[in-house]
Amino acid sequence: MNIWLQLLIQTLFSYLATMAFAICINIPRRALNACGLCGTAGWLAYWCLYQIGSGRMVANVAGSLVLGIMGLYFARTKKMPAILFNIPGIVPLVPGATAYQAVYEMVLGSVDKAIMYTFRVLLVAGAIAVGFMLTSLLSEIATYLRTKRSRSL
Amino acid sequence: MTEEITVLPLRIDLVIDACLLAGRIMIESGSEMYRVEDTITHIAHNAGVENSVVYTTPTGLFFGIKGETVSELRQVNQRTINLEKVQRVNTLSRQFAEKKIDLEQLHDALEKTDRDTPFFPFWLQVISAMVVSATLMILFSGVYDWNDLVITGIIGGAGYIANYYVNKWTRVKFLSEFVASLTVGLLAYAATRINLGQSMNNILIGAIMPLVPGVPLTNSIRDMFAGHLLTGTVRAIEAVLTACAIGTGIGLVFRFFF
Repeated sequence: MNIWLQLLIQTLFSYLATMAFAICINIPRRALNACGLCGTAGWLAYWCLYQIGSGRMVANVAGSLVLGIMGLYFARTKKMPAILFNIPGIVPLVPGATAYQAVYEMVLGSVDKAIMYTFRVLLVAGAIAVGFMLTSLLSEIATYLRTKRSRSL
Repeated sequence: MTEEITVLPLRIDLVIDACLLAGRIMIESGSEMYRVEDTITHIAHNAGVENSVVYTTPTGLFFGIKGETVSELRQVNQRTINLEKVQRVNTLSRQFAEKKIDLEQLHDALEKTDRDTPFFPFWLQVISAMVVSATLMILFSGVYDWNDLVITGIIGGAGYIANYYVNKWTRVKFLSEFVASLTVGLLAYAATRINLGQSMNNILIGAIMPLVPGVPLTNSIRDMFAGHLLTGTVRAIEAVLTACAIGTGIGLVFRFFF
């Protein structure tokens, strides 16, 4: 399939998925669009990096980093907690499909494959968390620079 | 500082109750722990209590004032994800900090938030669950499998409905996820048998997505990074048990039909 068509489908579907999940967990109405944008940005960062062969971990860290930065931006502009944008936004990134594969292999009796998939779930979850950790580090640096500048003025 | 000495006992009661109420609502609705502690400390600070102590766990929270003989605790019996409540408590805390509302109004508004925060109508949630299933099936499977799009949506919606009603009828935790994933598995098997769907794997990957505890799992790791080891551990165990319930449901279907 044409790469641009794929990109279009990925963008549109990640937006829809994030926004729909946001409705399932009762996000306030006026945050829904921002949630969708966050999810799309995070997923596209992940997808593009994964397509050019960066590997799963780097792509996940980048995805959650982009998503976290978008979340911080919307949290500032809309005066809402950042978690509102982060939780729906990570839905496309969470390793649900891998967790399913782990269960599938476990039930069919191939324990070594099941362990491999379980391990991958843990690693991906860790990578997402590292992305968020980097985001909070960046936000701390930004706050520090801002207070320093306002103090020196 | 002089204010602090002149706080009336009656008002201290109200401060403590407001703080604990705000904390309980936030923990119940799935907020991060550091936000809960921040909010409580801010409310106490803005009410004139400088030396408050907070201790939060996912199943209960303590609030005390250093040097006073008061400390209270509240239990947290249910844990859901309802971020509108987190947002409302956050807004109320901001308004209180800006002196737009006083302590009584804050307390009343918190009680109102706890009682009646509107949820999206159930049909809209089901449609959303259908959209989540169908779109994520395409994103995750990697093959653009348009034939299974609609059936994945329908099965995902059915799973969500099963989860909702079982949750309403019984208080046994994790039973709802088990029943929902069993429903999803049986429907997916039936759909592929009568040729409504083609790839059972893809259908299942999509349709269980509204149930998968990926969010609590990631959140628990974030809590651990923030230093809340206890919360992180408890939430991780809850996520793993939910995943096991889903896995058992799907596994039963595989066990008996393959």
